[in-house]
Amino acid sequence: MIASLLMECAASNRLTFDVNRWRGEFPYLDVQVGGRAVIYLDNGASTQKPRAVIERMAELAAHEYANVHRGIHELSNRATAAYEAARLRSADFLHAPGPDSIIFTRGTTEAINLVVNTWGEMHVGAGDTILLTEMEHHSNLIPWQQLAKRKGARVKYVPVLPDGVGLDLDEAAKLIRERPKVFGFPHISNTLAVTNPVASFCAMARDAGVVTLVDAAQSVAHIPVDVQELGCDFLACSAHKMCGPTGIGLLYGRAELLESMPPWQFGGEMVDRVDFTTAHFRPPPARFEAGTPAIIEAAGLHAALDFVSEVGLDAIRDHAESLAVRAAAGLRELPGVRVFGPLEHRAHLVTFTIEGLHAHDIVFFCNDRGIALRAGHHCAQPLMRKLGAPASTRASFHLYNNDSEVEALIAAVRDAIQFFQS
Amino acid sequence: MKSDELYQEVLLQHSRHPRNYGPLEHPTHRAEGYNALCGDEVTVEAVVTDGVVAAIQFQASACAICTASASIMTCEAANLAEPDVAALAHSFRRLATDGEADLSTEVRPALDVMGTIHRFPQRVKCATLPWETLTAALRNGRLRE
Repeated sequence: MIASLLMECAASNRLTFDVNRWRGEFPYLDVQVGGRAVIYLDNGASTQKPRAVIERMAELAAHEYANVHRGIHELSNRATAAYEAARLRSADFLHAPGPDSIIFTRGTTEAINLVVNTWGEMHVGAGDTILLTEMEHHSNLIPWQQLAKRKGARVKYVPVLPDGVGLDLDEAAKLIRERPKVFGFPHISNTLAVTNPVASFCAMARDAGVVTLVDAAQSVAHIPVDVQELGCDFLACSAHKMCGPTGIGLLYGRAELLESMPPWQFGGEMVDRVDFTTAHFRPPPARFEAGTPAIIEAAGLHAALDFVSEVGLDAIRDHAESLAVRAAAGLRELPGVRVFGPLEHRAHLVTFTIEGLHAHDIVFFCNDRGIALRAGHHCAQPLMRKLGAPASTRASFHLYNNDSEVEALIAAVRDAIQFFQS
Repeated sequence: MKSDELYQEVLLQHSRHPRNYGPLEHPTHRAEGYNALCGDEVTVEAVVTDGVVAAIQFQASACAICTASASIMTCEAANLAEPDVAALAHSFRRLATDGEADLSTEVRPALDVMGTIHRFPQRVKCATLPWETLTAALRNGRLRE
């Protein structure tokens, strides 16, 4: 009964979501591949940019541009205002307590490396445990792996259940109770479409005195994210995966932690007083932003956050998830197809293999029809080996994809199976 | 450029029914090759006797292009002296990357099936990976007696 009510709610949400209105905002849809309109289903790797983002970046570059935080002159004032407004907007978007808990980085990877090389360097020592999950993207695995090697610490992993339907939650609870120094995990798996129970993980970790880092690359701008509600210590994300530009991302950090952390890159912007023997570092966030930052990109990020907020994060989630569920159902009906991830509550993507048919051939074949997919290990090699699929194919959706694109995907994969296996 | 220009029948035959597939009983050389772009994995084993590559076999978890290229390679490079295998690998690389046959070493007709691959830059590595792996096996992959 409840399930059917929920289904009805979801259906009515979908009816009110006017995908064509939003598609009109994306110039990439004018691109043709092999004489057909491009069907972009590689959003897990990076999302396309709406006109508002492209135009805002051009506008800043044209009329508001100079270096930031150095300005007595008008253009620097404008650029600084735009840059700090982007920080304020980002804090607001993530429901952070204030702008000082938002650090601009190059992206999710750099945000995680920042935490590892500052907080991790200070707090992780010989014999300590770093807890991650088996569904980690390389960017939240290798930095910790390298830190563990340097420090003589060890890395443990919360196991993934068969077929990648989710994490082993009992095992997660047990491993958290063993009091590792830190627990890092993805909000949404970029490969399995699993949404992890972030708030419950963070509550358990807090009780055990474990610091948490959430890799939110696949969740921010796909679903509503509220760092205070989640209760995480750190959260990392990338603008380019939320309809914003490349070259900029965010690290949210709890204020007490950020204040206790040393800088990791040194140079201009991050110091107060310098003489020939010492330097005095500024408080966060400036302490962690050495050198000239990505100013134009910050304005683009601001515009992207405004844009996805206007579309509505609940609406984006419902729309992209329903496309992924339809794609998963359609692909499962094809011969030899194995779909990874949860049967219910699938996030915005679907990863699959076809018996006897390699991912590279599928993706190449689909490209003839203008369909952009991802082939390979999705930067999660240990996970894919464990699942027995060193290479797989991924289709990932966002607010501008529609039902007919899902149908085109299923038809193309059906034809690929016929072409290669007849 | 459409993919059916690339996936010719000969190539599909080799990928569906690869020749010389599986481990060798007593290999003298072995190497593993990996393409991080798409996850192709190839293992090449060889028996070298008196400077001649007497047998080559391969195993792969790889795409059709890579599997077919490996299959054709095991046929074409077998029973050649080591320097001749190296020369053939070199001319194959030129064929795959530039579409040019090396005049100094005749490219064998069976390799012509790969003549269009240079027009698909994202697939060149698929075709060359088995040859790179064979070259690595012969150069650095000697197994202990």
